[in-house]
Amino acid sequence: MIPALDVRGLGYRLPGKGSETGNGRFLVRDVSFTVGVGETLVLLGRSGSGKTTTLKLINRLLEPTSGEVQVAGERAADLPVTRLRRRIGYVIQEVGLFPHFTVERNVGLVPRLDGWPPARIDARVRELLTLVGLDPDTFARRHPHELSGGQRQRVGVARALAADPPLLLLDEPFGALDPITRVELQREFAALEGRLGKAMVFVTHDVREGLLLGTRIGLMLEGRLAFLGTQDEFRRSEHPEVRKFMEAA
Amino acid sequence: MSLLSFYARNSQEVLGLVGQHLYLVAISTGTAIVIGVPLGVLLTRWPAWRGPVLGVANVFQTVPSLALFGFLIPLPFIGGIGATTAIVALVLYALLPIIRNTYEGVAGVDPAVREAARGMGMTDRQLLAQVELPLGFGVILAGVRVATVVSVGTATIAAAIGAGGLGVYIFRGVAVVDDTLILAGALPAALMALGADALLGVAERRFAWRAR
Repeated sequence: MIPALDVRGLGYRLPGKGSETGNGRFLVRDVSFTVGVGETLVLLGRSGSGKTTTLKLINRLLEPTSGEVQVAGERAADLPVTRLRRRIGYVIQEVGLFPHFTVERNVGLVPRLDGWPPARIDARVRELLTLVGLDPDTFARRHPHELSGGQRQRVGVARALAADPPLLLLDEPFGALDPITRVELQREFAALEGRLGKAMVFVTHDVREGLLLGTRIGLMLEGRLAFLGTQDEFRRSEHPEVRKFMEAA
Repeated sequence: MSLLSFYARNSQEVLGLVGQHLYLVAISTGTAIVIGVPLGVLLTRWPAWRGPVLGVANVFQTVPSLALFGFLIPLPFIGGIGATTAIVALVLYALLPIIRNTYEGVAGVDPAVREAARGMGMTDRQLLAQVELPLGFGVILAGVRVATVVSVGTATIAAAIGAGGLGVYIFRGVAVVDDTLILAGALPAALMALGADALLGVAERRFAWRAR
């Protein structure tokens, strides 16, 4: 069985020569993992540990300087970059909805880029808005500035799912929300995960969120994957960085 | 009163000069948009060029307009006496605000929006056409507005090199020390500037997408 995502020896080194801390420094070094269909790998780590960089190396917002990424058995480096990205849903903390588009057009963006017929886009948008808990009749024609933070991120998730990509990358999607909305969205997302059957990589620095949403947990430390294992393995691990995170939970 | 009677007696000539003036402004601003907007967009793609290009555009701005007209006259093709030279000078003046605002409008798009657009697989052209230009449109229009208003004023000086326009009355008025004649040129030019400013201001607000 080919994994949805296969990352081997992935590395990213800043351009230029120099010390361990300046130019020429490795932001990500020798990271390897696979993610299967229906599985969520949580990448946990402190700020600057290389989690976000790893995500961007997967959808080639940054080009890896070493190692290889395969999406559903195809080498990411061999695919045209726009085609690769349209097969990978991408959700970021700041959401990044297009302020001049309605919710409807935001969600239907990738299908429109891929040239779906309008009727099919329309049906898909309604389906997805319902899936993320937004009534299409109420929200489809609104603009992003008319939504709350939580509603915006719901739209962000719907947009990432629009073209039914096999792989979803989420970069602290709930990090900027107020605590109550965050817990609400985390719970709904946990329920959604099983139904979607996607491979997901979910970046967070929040252990509790990681333990709620991850089937496996990878802990990043100074650009390396310091620990990778199931939830139980994570809880039992003696790795000092894992212990620090568990104590902080 | 004497101004009104002056207009009444010379209505044909006044209309002709207003037409020439509008022609100078429209052609020069139009040309500056055609050159400046793509140039501003290019600067967002090649930031290293930003300093030199804006620097050169800035230098044109600092040259006094009368001197710039003078410098252009001896040049082949674009120089000489008449409207062409004036238009070239007006284009050079209009470039800076248009290039700068295009750059700022496009570069000022929320980085998260740009990251999301690229992350979802938009090509650079799609990003520009569907996201950056629409979102930066208000800022670009603000640059066009400044360029237009400045052009209306500067175009009065074009009369000095035989390009016509409302400056004809102003220069004639200065030469014969006739306030009415100066006013006959200055007043419509001022109204034209105010009109352009108001009109483009409305358009600019219409396209402001700054709301998050």
